[in-house]
Amino acid sequence: MATNPMHQFNVYRIGPEIKIDQIDISFTNASLFMVISSLIILFIFNLGSVKKNIIPNKIQLLAELSYTFISKMISDTAGSKGKPYFGFIFSLFMFVLFCNMLGMLPYAFTVTSHIIVTFVLAAFIFIGVTVIGFIKHGLGYLKLFVPSGVPIVLLPLIVVIEVISYLSRPISLSVRLFANMMAGHTMMKVFGGFVISLGLVGGWLPLGFSVALTGLEILVAFLQAYVFAILTCIYLNDALNLHH
Amino acid sequence: MHKRLVLYLLLSIIAFFSNVYGAESEGMPQLNPEFWVSQIFWLILTFGFLFIILSKFILPKISNNLELRKSQILENIETAEKQKFESENKIKEYETLINNSKNEARNYFNEARKKIIQDIDKKREKIEEEINLEIQNAEKEIIELKKSSPEKINKIATETSAQLIKQLIGEEINNSSISAIVEDLSKKNKGKYYGN
Repeated sequence: MATNPMHQFNVYRIGPEIKIDQIDISFTNASLFMVISSLIILFIFNLGSVKKNIIPNKIQLLAELSYTFISKMISDTAGSKGKPYFGFIFSLFMFVLFCNMLGMLPYAFTVTSHIIVTFVLAAFIFIGVTVIGFIKHGLGYLKLFVPSGVPIVLLPLIVVIEVISYLSRPISLSVRLFANMMAGHTMMKVFGGFVISLGLVGGWLPLGFSVALTGLEILVAFLQAYVFAILTCIYLNDALNLHH
Repeated sequence: MHKRLVLYLLLSIIAFFSNVYGAESEGMPQLNPEFWVSQIFWLILTFGFLFIILSKFILPKISNNLELRKSQILENIETAEKQKFESENKIKEYETLINNSKNEARNYFNEARKKIIQDIDKKREKIEEEINLEIQNAEKEIIELKKSSPEKINKIATETSAQLIKQLIGEEINNSSISAIVEDLSKKNKGKYYGN
């Protein structure tokens, strides 16, 4: 079944089966790539932060550029109130970015191509943002669903739409990332299969497509991580600065 | 006919979904819930670990580094500006100093010149006075000489004429008569010899 383009998304157990109270939490290839991306992130940023050069070396420059990139993103979207959540947004962006990028390696597993992973992240963000909103504004946070300057006649309709759009946030956030990653990798696999099946004569065109898709996928991997992080910032902004 | 078609469609849809949820090898592995709990567990574990290490240990260091660099650069700029200001002041001081000294030098020079000119003038005046005095003395002498010269000439003339006469005649003639004749002659010819 190696030619099945969906085969690459299979999750399988690595090592023994671990069960706690009938719940299977075995170490799988997905877990392996989560661990690898986390360790790579920690390794790079640890290297980038140990030295205190006034003129940074390359790895330090990388770490500091990432830092300023994320901190600028937060201050642009959520303002100065978003600063306490910098660590979370930074970890989130880096985790998603490295999972996406590691998925671009041949034979690698893409953690973010699984809806359950992205959905857990999105649901956590959704719940966290909602909790922050209610803590900061109390019941006044419900004003989020009542935009100012709307005619009273339209208000019931608008409120319903706003509530639905608010509740669909975790779904749209998670499905966007998951679908992008899955579609891209499936496409690459499909074109790779065409290269083999069309052989030396006709395989060059899909090969070119594959090469182009690889570049596109790397772009998408970065872009989706960025979109995930910036949407989180925007949701956070709604919770922190309540003025629609 | 229609009922059959609808039934067929429904069946195929059910078959598709049962495939998706049931089978491992076909459909989307993402929708197979076998390892969902495991993935959630490991996601929470790794992401939590990553988040804690990053936000507790690594990010503060990076932020410290950035702050340190910012403050040092600001400090350097400040000191550079200070030093620039100081050097500008120094240049100004230096220029005023040079101007002052130039002025002083010019003053000294002018004073020295004045002094020298005055000295020269004084000396010249003195010398001129002396010269004038001498000229006056000389003029006086000349005038005296002028005055006394006819008498002397007369005397000499009388003496020489007396001796001439003595040698010519061999007799001594009274001096007074000779001098009377000489005086008479000299009075007559006075205008001729001293034309002034």
